[in-house]
Amino acid sequence: MENKAILKLKDVSKSFGGIQAVKGLSFEVYSRNIQAIIGPNGAGKTTIFNMITGFYAPDAGEITFLGTTINKMPPNDIAELGIARTFQNLELFPSLTVLENVMLGCYVRNKLGIIKASLRLKSVQDTEKKVREKALEILEFVGLEKYADEPSGELPFGWQRLLEIGRALATDPRLLLLDEPASGLNPRETDQLGELIEKLRSDGLTILLVEHDMSLTMDISDNIIVMDYGRKIASGSPRQIQNDPVVIAAYLGEDIDASD
Amino acid sequence: MIKLLSSSKWKQLILFTVAVLLIPQILPSDYYFLILNIIALNAIVVLGLNLLIGFAGQISLGHAAFYGLGAYISGILTASYGWPIFLSIPVAVLTTAIVGLLVGIPTLKLEGHYLVMATLGFNIIVSIILVQWDAMTGGPSGLAGIPYLKAFSISIDSDRKFYYLVWAVLGVLFCLSLNLIDSRVGRALRAIGEDPISASALGIPVERYKVGIFVVSALYAAVAGSLYAHYVTFISPKTFDFFYSIEVVTMVVVGGIGSLWSGLAGAAILTMLPEILEIVKEYNVLVYGAVLMAVLVFFPEGLLPGIKKLWQKRQGQVHE
Ligand SMILES: Nc1ncnc2c1ncn2[C@@H]1O[C@H](COP(=O)(O)OP(=O)(O)O)[C@@H](O)[C@H]1O
Ligand SMILES: [Mg+2]
Repeated sequence: MENKAILKLKDVSKSFGGIQAVKGLSFEVYSRNIQAIIGPNGAGKTTIFNMITGFYAPDAGEITFLGTTINKMPPNDIAELGIARTFQNLELFPSLTVLENVMLGCYVRNKLGIIKASLRLKSVQDTEKKVREKALEILEFVGLEKYADEPSGELPFGWQRLLEIGRALATDPRLLLLDEPASGLNPRETDQLGELIEKLRSDGLTILLVEHDMSLTMDISDNIIVMDYGRKIASGSPRQIQNDPVVIAAYLGEDIDASD
Repeated sequence: MIKLLSSSKWKQLILFTVAVLLIPQILPSDYYFLILNIIALNAIVVLGLNLLIGFAGQISLGHAAFYGLGAYISGILTASYGWPIFLSIPVAVLTTAIVGLLVGIPTLKLEGHYLVMATLGFNIIVSIILVQWDAMTGGPSGLAGIPYLKAFSISIDSDRKFYYLVWAVLGVLFCLSLNLIDSRVGRALRAIGEDPISASALGIPVERYKVGIFVVSALYAAVAGSLYAHYVTFISPKTFDFFYSIEVVTMVVVGGIGSLWSGLAGAAILTMLPEILEIVKEYNVLVYGAVLMAVLVFFPEGLLPGIKKLWQKRQGQVHE
């Protein structure tokens, strides 16, 4: 088993006005692991994602990815380094087609300027063709190839979640951040999502997962961090977390055993 | 190694070219060339603005200033300094593009209303400079003595001659723009227009794109402006005040945001409308306003897409 930490957070803090959203948080994400973060609403989970992906700069502390400090990097540079994400509240491009959404994911690996694009050079057409093929492959992988030409905003909600994952995959990430990917999915879709995430991991991807669905989280995670009021209150294997009295008291209660 | 256009676009473009070549044969009087020429000039500005508004989702109320800079720089260089036009126009266009870059970098960090206000402010500043800097611009009374364009020793000194030139320029810019929006750059622009947060999470440098397309749109406006200067040979600041900025934005919106053909339709319709409304004389401003309102109420996506939808609906009913 590989044991390399590809993402490291050291004493990271972030506050908004008076609210300390994240306080002195440290953790590491290991290569090819599924690392989960759980915690009640407002615990600071999404804020962590926003700091890792460059939307917020931490007030203090350091975030490194594959040895590079990324605290102050803009989101697009971080995406280029190999971190992709989905959003808690879907952020697709609704009037663009399903295929175009995924093709946009391919953007970062195939740069092209305004002038070249205007002249429609041969090289431009070639990459365009390659990008289209790759996007179709990804759509096949998430099971949406039949809807390639539909406007993405018209897909059923669960499929939009899958599409957002597909679009993130198109950036060729090393690390994929999923923010509540199962929310709004029915049990069957949630199962499929779990399988998809495990498949991605076995294909070599590292995953950082924020999720409220406990049975999914407990099933697929290698390690879980529990957050409350911006702090890490526990971390460990799913089994350890399920039996941790602090966690049970602070947050989980009986939820853990509930299988929905 | 350049395949200039895709095949479906070729068809549209051939139709366009045939129309441009046929129209002069059937026009009853030369007066109509004047209108067609103004349509083409407006359409060039609208083309660039449509890339900015319809694709990248950024609204500018300052494009009359770029139109004016293109006109004045080329006008002054030729009329006052005796430059040849083949140098003055590129210099005017490039200088305006640089101004666009300098204006775009700080203002495009702003969003929504703030961007609108900032670009409007820029337009007002340029208008004031054109009026006040008498020695250079001729002040409020304008700049005269601008030479006509020349192509291979033919002086483009009539409405009819200018017609072919300006529509050819529009055609070329139109092709370039069609290619642009059909590429991943175009996709990236639409992504930015729809959801800039998501776009940047995918690695798209949002700021750079916004500024880039702003510069392109300024450049298109400058091309139109410099052609205009050498067409009318006399320019004055009033042409380039922010009312013109509003007019071109209206053309984009009325035609239909986000489609280049719609933009062309918008430019044509709103350029002709005041001429047609000459019939109702003193009420023409009123009717003009009413027509605009009606379009926006009944065809919120714009005239061309709206009519297309109506048409499809009717076809659908026929099939049922
Ligand atoms: N952009 C923001 N501005 C102000 N407060 C914010 C912002 N983002 C998050 N917060 C606050 O930070 C806290 C943590 O939020 P968040 O990270 O979204 O929690 P979670 O994802 O765990 O539900 C909440 O109190 C939230 O209101
Ligand atoms: Mg959240």
